[in-house]
Amino acid sequence: MSRQSMSKAHKKITELSWEPTFATPAKRFGTDYTFDKAPKKDPLKQILRSYFPMEEEKDNRVFGAMDGAIRGNMFRQVQERWMEWQKLFLSIIPFPEISAARAMPMAIDAVPNPEIHNGLAVQMIDEVRHSTIQMNLKRLYMNHYIDPAGFDMTEKAFANNYAGTIGRQFGEGFITGDAITAANIYLTVVAETAFTNTLFVAMPSEAAANGDYLLPTVFHSVQSDESRHISNGYSILLMALADEDNRKLLERDLRYAWWNNHCVVDAAIGTFIEYGSKDRRKDRDSYAEMWQRWIYDDYYRSYLIPLEKYGLVIPHDLVERAWERINHGFYVHRVAQFFATGWPVNYWRIDPMTDDDFEWFEHKYPGWYNQFGKWWEAYARLSKPNGHKPIAFEEVGYQYPHRCWTCMVPCLIREDMVTDKVDDQWRTYCSETCHWTDTVAFRPEYEGRATPNMGRLTGKREWETLHHGQDLADIVKELGYVRDDGNTLIPQPHLDLDDPKKLWTLDNLRGIEFSSPNVLLNQMSDEEREAHVAAYKANPNVTPSVA
Amino acid sequence: MASPTTERSFPKPEFTGAEAGLLEFPSSKSRTYNYFKPAKLRSTMYEDVTVDVQPDPDRHLTQGWIYGFGDGPGGYPKEWTALRSTDWHTFLDPNEEWEQTILRNNANVVRQIQLNLNNAKKAGAYKNWSTSWTRFVEKHLGAWMHAEHGLGMHVFLSEQRSAPTNMINNAIAVNSTHKLRFAQDLALYNLDLSESDIDFDGKIHRQTWHGDPVWQGVRENVERLTAIGDWAESLFAANVIFESLVGVLFRSHLVMQVAARNGDYVTPALVGAGENDYDRDQRYTRVLFRMLTADENHGEHNKALLSEWLSRWVPLSVRAAHELQPIWSQPHEKVMTFADSWAAAADGFRTFLADLDLPEPKELSL
Repeated sequence: MSRQSMSKAHKKITELSWEPTFATPAKRFGTDYTFDKAPKKDPLKQILRSYFPMEEEKDNRVFGAMDGAIRGNMFRQVQERWMEWQKLFLSIIPFPEISAARAMPMAIDAVPNPEIHNGLAVQMIDEVRHSTIQMNLKRLYMNHYIDPAGFDMTEKAFANNYAGTIGRQFGEGFITGDAITAANIYLTVVAETAFTNTLFVAMPSEAAANGDYLLPTVFHSVQSDESRHISNGYSILLMALADEDNRKLLERDLRYAWWNNHCVVDAAIGTFIEYGSKDRRKDRDSYAEMWQRWIYDDYYRSYLIPLEKYGLVIPHDLVERAWERINHGFYVHRVAQFFATGWPVNYWRIDPMTDDDFEWFEHKYPGWYNQFGKWWEAYARLSKPNGHKPIAFEEVGYQYPHRCWTCMVPCLIREDMVTDKVDDQWRTYCSETCHWTDTVAFRPEYEGRATPNMGRLTGKREWETLHHGQDLADIVKELGYVRDDGNTLIPQPHLDLDDPKKLWTLDNLRGIEFSSPNVLLNQMSDEEREAHVAAYKANPNVTPSVA
Repeated sequence: MASPTTERSFPKPEFTGAEAGLLEFPSSKSRTYNYFKPAKLRSTMYEDVTVDVQPDPDRHLTQGWIYGFGDGPGGYPKEWTALRSTDWHTFLDPNEEWEQTILRNNANVVRQIQLNLNNAKKAGAYKNWSTSWTRFVEKHLGAWMHAEHGLGMHVFLSEQRSAPTNMINNAIAVNSTHKLRFAQDLALYNLDLSESDIDFDGKIHRQTWHGDPVWQGVRENVERLTAIGDWAESLFAANVIFESLVGVLFRSHLVMQVAARNGDYVTPALVGAGENDYDRDQRYTRVLFRMLTADENHGEHNKALLSEWLSRWVPLSVRAAHELQPIWSQPHEKVMTFADSWAAAADGFRTFLADLDLPEPKELSL
């Protein structure tokens, strides 16, 4: 279709909507925002007649690449270290994708603008595409990669694992609560516009460096739809800004959405990129460098700051704080260490780091070795079963962390932890902002204004609570993280599959009692708790040298 | 002479031997998704990419939904419909829609339509239309595109947030896609006709939809469908009742029958695509509601409630259909009477209800 006929066709399809007079569409999902019927345009002029053939062509390319990868035996050259983390990533991501499809009617309910409705409807189709194409990629990995365990139980594991729950915010956050908070600010303005860059562009380039060119094929195809979604989000944001009454809510939501996305996405994608890669060229970008390019420069400086002139209050302090945590607070490295500590309750294997990795980390993140080097040496030393327990239950100077009630990533930058009694329960938060999210933002009143549509934090938010006091072997068995011989574990703290004796089994976990830090915290007296929290915040959590 | 460039490094390929089958160890052959029971011996592609992507506390979700609404639980509460199921996850879309089928089917349709319209333009196909047929297309086919759009945008698209499983929500999302695409197909056809060398008013469809008395029953029915809060009620009232009594009546038993006799071979190809969409959408609707009426624990409750919904929605659609009656006499060549068309549509509806094990509502004969 020519540009001119596209414009004409798009103008024509705007004639399809009408003002109802007999009944108005049910408002299934509310918002505290207000919108005038502003004549906002869909700048991308989305029309299904051109959309379907375009998407089909994109699909054909993806499926062609998949066939090629199988014929060319791509898996001869993929790094297992990389593929193992895909068991986690690809178990999470199809849910946020399909949640984005489900979020579209929420935005449509809230925003009285047919042109934007049309763009959101097209986005719904995109998201169904993304979810199912990613499930199919995972299916291909399961069929052709050496170790299918973990891929084979993917959606069950996603639903019962602590890491799956962290990821689930990036999905449930799109479909629950205030329609604009969820479906516009959290989903489109922050998650899609900022963080899909690291998810769908930065991470695939790392995949390619590790011999996997299918992840880039699929995810770049997905990312090519995102510009249309960004445009949808931008249009709604501008409409919201037009009403003075929305300004405070926008400020609140941008703070929550930015910080939660940082906590969750940087934790996961940072770990995949830094600890899933075998590519240790000194001139390859670290996650911190990628973050500067894709989030700081492309999003914060080029997209967000220009919106200040329209009255949007930008959370500069939180952007800087996220930058600090990634560049100087070792945020990603602390998360990776936590994932590796928790290996027995994962459904993927984690490769020990080597001297080459140490050298690269120290080059990219000066001071890394002093903080983490000895711990990773201990991890390697304890990686094969030999009469000892998994590293989390051996004395290596690592204190298992409290979990953040809000973002559910543990409180890893320990001095930042906030402890508070909220809703009759002692809770821990990784940061002031996560504390604010629970106690101020997700409440029915905000700065003296009723916000009945704002969501609530619900559920059994501390995963460990579910398993407090149980035997570790029973927990792993109940979760289903056991291979088809009924005893060998799916997770392993190494990649060595050639000798069954090197593989951990349920027998190795028997007799280890699992505890919940939150349950224990709530059992403490006030004095005990204060002392515990002070010690926790002061503990550098560094593994001492082995004498 | 080439200028010197900065030296770049590249990742080096390494043979890792990470392909399937190279080693045997526990689970080395576990190459199927093992967390759901497929309908047949082996799972289909559709099941693999669809089942359990939307988690459920009744299945594997252990921590529950971690966000709630201000006034109730989050996620996908089963209480968002008054119908009940022993296991909502039993429903599988008989069309097995996933991204590849959605894009291929719809791309094929729009390509075929585009070819038809290009050829029609080249052949001067519209020049042979009688004036009465031209008026019929500009007004009545034009008005119908609004009904399709309203259903796509404000009934089906809205419902696909609310059902308790991914399989149901995806089937409804595809249904929404069909409606939106078909409405746009009709709108762009209308544009082509406006730009052709026949006397065609490309704007009158809005006036017809808004004000022509024969269309107000249909418009009311569509608008009332958009206002239903219970997702299953709106799906039932739209796909079982409105589509059978009004949609199929207009598309299949009027336009498809009379267009050719009025010298129009273009419109049936377009409207036929819409009918084909509905065939697919009717298939999943039948399987879903059949599952609910046959439910061993809740079948009777569901049948009673669906009968109530029939009593509520059938009169509206019957009236909408009958108010359309005058347009049967507008084309120059009259192939079918309204009575014949209505009888055919009502028969189809009865068959649909029989498939669902639901009695014929007395309101059908009003």
